[in-house]
Amino acid sequence: MMLPLAATTIVESLASWLASWVSSSPDAVRFVAAALHIALLAVFFGLPAFAFIWAERKVSARIQDRLGPTHCGGRFGWLQSLADGIKLIQKEDLAPAAADQMLFRLSPYLVVIASFASFLFMPFSDGWVAVALDCGLFIGLAVLSLEVLGVVLAGYSSGSKWSLFGGMRETAQMVSYEIPLGLTAVVPVLICGTMNLNEICHMQSGWFTNWLIFHSPFTFAAFFVFFVVTLASNKRAPFDLAEAESELVGGFHTEYSGMRWSFFFLAEYASMFFVSGLGVLLFLGGWWTGIAPIDSALSGVLGGYPGRVLGLLVFFSKSSLLVVVQIWIRWTLPRLRIDQVMETCLKYLVPISCFLFIGSVMYPLVWLTVLGRPTLWPVSSIGTRVPVLPRVATPIAPTPEHLHPHEHGDGPGQHSHEPADHSSGERVPASVPLDRKVTLRGER
Amino acid sequence: MSVLVFAIFAAAACGGALAVVLSQNVVRMAFWLIISLSSVAGLFFLLNADFVGATQLLIYVGGTVVLLIFGVMLTAQGPYVNLKTNPAEVVLSLAVGGAVFAMLFAAFSGVNWESNSERLSAEFGSASVQTPGYNQQGEGSTVRRIGGALSGLRTESLRDGRPVERPGYLLPFEIVSVHLLVVLVGASYLARAKRRVPGTEPPKGPTA
Repeated sequence: MMLPLAATTIVESLASWLASWVSSSPDAVRFVAAALHIALLAVFFGLPAFAFIWAERKVSARIQDRLGPTHCGGRFGWLQSLADGIKLIQKEDLAPAAADQMLFRLSPYLVVIASFASFLFMPFSDGWVAVALDCGLFIGLAVLSLEVLGVVLAGYSSGSKWSLFGGMRETAQMVSYEIPLGLTAVVPVLICGTMNLNEICHMQSGWFTNWLIFHSPFTFAAFFVFFVVTLASNKRAPFDLAEAESELVGGFHTEYSGMRWSFFFLAEYASMFFVSGLGVLLFLGGWWTGIAPIDSALSGVLGGYPGRVLGLLVFFSKSSLLVVVQIWIRWTLPRLRIDQVMETCLKYLVPISCFLFIGSVMYPLVWLTVLGRPTLWPVSSIGTRVPVLPRVATPIAPTPEHLHPHEHGDGPGQHSHEPADHSSGERVPASVPLDRKVTLRGER
Repeated sequence: MSVLVFAIFAAAACGGALAVVLSQNVVRMAFWLIISLSSVAGLFFLLNADFVGATQLLIYVGGTVVLLIFGVMLTAQGPYVNLKTNPAEVVLSLAVGGAVFAMLFAAFSGVNWESNSERLSAEFGSASVQTPGYNQQGEGSTVRRIGGALSGLRTESLRDGRPVERPGYLLPFEIVSVHLLVVLVGASYLARAKRRVPGTEPPKGPTA
């Protein structure tokens, strides 16, 4: 039997698929489905990290006019990460005598768990998400920010001044960079009127002009601010003060070796992928190809299965591209000083993101006053919309106010009717924007 | 299954809280506090209160504990801070904790849970009492309701399922946000770099 991919999430489809094979209690089936999904997610967590560690070595080598890994796994050394991993597992698990043993041993796990948990809320393709929540973006950022705790505890418990300095720098940096991160991530939320990543992505279907980065000049700038801030929140260069090897030996991971050391880097590369994916979902159209005919043609075929697989590939390519840009930046720009890092955030990025936030609030209002409509272009010329990939047999007819939720501009106005909808008893599952099913329109 | 998950999270929350009290090292206390607060967030998720759970993670675990550790690291004199409580503090805290526990226990035992659960299942049917499945009714829907209530639009369903419009919490929300803004401005005023005005007496302290 084919997986019923029309279900809301992978866990649901797995559960219903398993239930069709074994007649067991629904709790047990759901438990097995969740365990399978966690294993699947672990692959999505680990594989990009392995690939990007290899890419980091390769890109840095090319930028520095070297070859990089060439032997392990053929001509391009693409098995280098695996070789590194095997080497790191074999290493002795050391803990310095001055360390707080318990915290020293536990903090790498804290980092990895926080990074892994953030993947639970990321939709890899339409509906392919572990936990589809209405506050998906919010909780993703919240969980990602827990990573700093592990770094701080690692720095403190190592019993080394270099580690302590690294941990303190990391805290100072994270605490201040969370402000612009939140402010720029709110801009797409403001435009879409939802924090559900699935729905935000659905509003960017159709031609690439529908992507939120091209929605207004403010969102265009907001994407770049977001990208810079995610560099800092991932402690990537030029903001990698926490592990500045020229001043602090290794920063917070000075005293770590072997597997525990590699956990930090597994988490770092996985979070790089996570924040890139977040940027793609929020601004760059998520899993949509940006070419309307392709998405529309695939949306109805075989229950949307090929469309979703293509979406997965597109999402991975876009995110990987952003990760490569992160690597490129790391090997191009010199590291800032800690005071310059704080200055960049507090004197430039926070005011800029405040301005962008207010700008995106005012943008539709200004056009509404001047032109009588909340967008610069007429609604009919917004371009082709891809219908939501089919999930249910009976599509719900679109109501006029839901045709272009994109153009409503501000969130509260759009959703002022929502509580009434929910309390009336008929509730649409969170990640299924049925009411946003949009018919194809004429191309521009 | 939800009972099992509840047991795990509740045990972690209580165990973490106990460990906070029993451990001597301040940073270890912060670590146990992380465990305890995250488990409380897990309990919120179990109750389908996803927004409250996420806020718990962001504000308490992500914000408060980081500030706590940061403060400890900035103020600690020795390598590891150990707290030693004197007997008077132990007695005082035992008295306060015992009083709070007695109050909670009195409130808990004063409720007739049996009749309440019967009434609930009679009113809402057995479906709503059972645990909802993944992404079904009630899950992931709290954000919009909370947002609507905070922007002044709150709907409640009566016992017969009829929705009623009620005034929301816009005014308290605004008061809180202005209050927070004042706190923010005040904090940055207190923490500003004290610059010497040329021609005046330099300050006594090591501020520059």
